[in-house]
Amino acid sequence: MVLTPLGGTGEDVAKRRSMLSALLSPFRQTSGLARWILVIGMLITAVFVVCAIFAPWIAPYGFDQTSADGVDFPRTAPPGGDHSFGTNYSYYDVLSRTIWGARTAIEVVILAIIVSTVVGVVLGLISGFVGGWLDRVLVLIMDSLFVIPTLLLAIVAAFLFYNLPGGGIVATALAITVAYIPQYFRVVRNTTVSAREATYIEAAHAIGAPRRTVMVRYLLPNVVQSVPVIGTLNAADAVGLLAALGFLGLGIQPNEASEWGYDLQRALADVTSDIWWTMLFPGLALILLITGLTLVGEGLNETVNPTLRKRRLRKVMLPPRKTDATKEAS
Amino acid sequence: MARSAAGGSLPRYIGQRLLLVIPMIWVILTAVFFLLRVAPGDPISASVGGRLSDQALEQRREAAGLNRPLIVQYFDYLGDVVRFDFGKATDGTPITHIIRDNGGATLTLTLAAFLVALVIGIPLGLIAGRYRDNAGDVTIRLFGIVTYAAPVFVTGILFQLIFVTKLGWLPYSSDMATAPTQYVIDQNVTTHIALIDVALAGEWEAFREILWHLVLPALTLGLLICGVFIRLVRVNMLQTLQGDYIEAARARGIKEGRVIRKHAFRNALVPVITIIGLQFALLLSGAVLTEATFNWPGLGFQILDAINNRDYIAVQGIVIFLAMVVVIVSVLIDIVNALIDPRVRY
Repeated sequence: MVLTPLGGTGEDVAKRRSMLSALLSPFRQTSGLARWILVIGMLITAVFVVCAIFAPWIAPYGFDQTSADGVDFPRTAPPGGDHSFGTNYSYYDVLSRTIWGARTAIEVVILAIIVSTVVGVVLGLISGFVGGWLDRVLVLIMDSLFVIPTLLLAIVAAFLFYNLPGGGIVATALAITVAYIPQYFRVVRNTTVSAREATYIEAAHAIGAPRRTVMVRYLLPNVVQSVPVIGTLNAADAVGLLAALGFLGLGIQPNEASEWGYDLQRALADVTSDIWWTMLFPGLALILLITGLTLVGEGLNETVNPTLRKRRLRKVMLPPRKTDATKEAS
Repeated sequence: MARSAAGGSLPRYIGQRLLLVIPMIWVILTAVFFLLRVAPGDPISASVGGRLSDQALEQRREAAGLNRPLIVQYFDYLGDVVRFDFGKATDGTPITHIIRDNGGATLTLTLAAFLVALVIGIPLGLIAGRYRDNAGDVTIRLFGIVTYAAPVFVTGILFQLIFVTKLGWLPYSSDMATAPTQYVIDQNVTTHIALIDVALAGEWEAFREILWHLVLPALTLGLLICGVFIRLVRVNMLQTLQGDYIEAARARGIKEGRVIRKHAFRNALVPVITIIGLQFALLLSGAVLTEATFNWPGLGFQILDAINNRDYIAVQGIVIFLAMVVVIVSVLIDIVNALIDPRVRY
C-alpha cells in the first residue's frame, strides 16, 4: 500500500511522503492504551525539550546567578515574590535551576546515547561478522561488564574521566557511555550473528562484494533496527544515572551547569528544617522526565515489531532492488 | 547425542556456568583496575594531594608500591585479590574489614526491600494481568512506571519530608540507630548483621529501634524494585491466561475464580525466580543510592565516603566485591533455573 508511490512519477515527493509516514508509523499503528501512553510520554518529553532549548528565555535567572539588579538573592527563601519556587542554600533560584537542569539532562543523555550507540554498534558488528577469537574475547569482556550494575560501572568510569578537558558534562556523558556500551554491543552482535547466515548476505558474498561493503551496506542497516528502541529505553535510564552520579558527588559542578542530582544532594540536609521546595521541584522534574521517556519507550515497545518490519522493508530492501531491476531491464 | 542431552547435561551445564565465573571476575577485576589506574593522578595525590609536601607524597607512593610499573602492580593486585585482600583504604583500614563491617547492613536493607517488593509487587501484578486494560490495570501499571521512574534518592528524600518532618511518624534514618543503640550494637558484634546481633544478645529495645530505622529505606528501595515485579508478573499472567490448560479448565466448567486462583496464579509465578536474578544488579545499585540518602551504614555508604575522599583503592575494592557478588548470584540463579526448567539446559 505504501509501496505504490515509489514506482510512480514525482519520486521526491513520494520519498518524502514515505519518510514522513515512516516517522509517523508508530502513531498510526498503535491503538487504544498504547497510543495514549506514547502520546502522553511524547508530550511530557516535549515540554522538557522545549525547556532545554529555550532555557535562557524561559528561566527568570541564570543557573548560577545569585543576585539580580545589584540585590543579592536571599538564602533558602520560601516560594513567592521574585522566586516562585524559592531559593536554595547556595542562594540560587530554584525555578531557574530546575529549568536549566532540563538542558543539562538532555545534553548529557543525547551525547551519551550517541557515543555508546556508535561504539556499541561498530564493535558488535565487527565482532559478530568477523567471529573467531576476536568475537570470543569481546563477548567475554562485554558480558562481564554487562553484569556489573550500570551505576557502579559509571562510578568507576567517572573517576577515569574526572579531570578530562571539556568539563563535567562531557566527563559525565562519557561515564554513562561506558556503562551502556555492553548493552548495544550484545544486541547488535547477536543480531549480526543470526543475520550473517541470511540469504541476502550469502548473495552479497557471491556477487563478490568486499567484506566492508557487506558489513556497511548489507548488514548494518538490518542490524541497527533494534537500536532506537533500546536508545529510548536507555534515555530514561540515563537521566536517572546522570542524577545518581550528581547525587553521589561525581557529576557536574554547580557553576558549570544546573544538574538536578547535585541539587537534590544539597537539598538532603534541608529536609530536617522543613525546607521542602529545594528538593520538590528538581525531584519532580526528574521523575517527570524519566516517566515521560519511559512512557515513550513503553508505547513504542508495544507496537515495535510490526513497525520495525514495515520500516525495514521500505528503507532497506526496496531501493537497491528497484534500481537493479531497472538497470537490467534497460 | 540425544541421550546425553536428556541425561548427563545438567551437571555439565552447572559445571560450565561455574567455570565461566572465573574469567568473568578476572575481566571485571582487570577492567576496573585499569579504568581507575589510567585515570589522571594516582590514588595518593588524589586523596591527600595539596596537604602534603612533594617529598612526603613520594614516600607515601613508594610505601603503597605505586611507583612500580603498572603491570607489576596489576599482577600484585590479582595475587592479593585471589587471597581475598582488596588493599587498604587511605586511612589504613583494610577493604576486607570495610566489607565485613558494612556488608551486613547492605544485606539487611536489600532483603527487607526485596520483601517489600514481593509483598506489594506480586499481588498488584497478578491483579493487573487478571483484569487487563480496565481502570485497575491502568492505575497499577502507572504506579509501576512511576515508582520505577522515580530515582530512589527522590523517593527517599520525599518520604523523609512527609513521614518524618511533617508527620513525625518515623525517625530520621541518619544512621542505623541513635547513638545509645549504636553503642549496644557495637558491644554485641558477632555476625556483623546488627539485627541478628542484638537479637542474639537479647537487646530487644535496640532490635526494635533498628527495625524502626529500617522502615523508610526498605520501603524506598522496595518500591523501586516492585515496579519491575508488577510489570513482569503482569506479563506472565497475561501469557498464562492464554494457555491451553486455562481454556481446558474453563471448558470443564470450573468457575472463573477458581481457574484464576488454582490454575493461573501459580504458573504465572514460576518465572519470578528469574526476575529475582535479573533484578539483583538493580537492587544493588538502588541500595548504594538508598544508603547514600539515608546514611544507612552499608557498603553503598562506604562507596560514597570513598568517592568524597577520592579514595581509589576503596572504590575499586568495594565495586569489585559487589560485582563479584552479582556474578555469583546470577550464576546461582541460572543453575536454579536449570533445575526448575529443563529447557534451559539445551
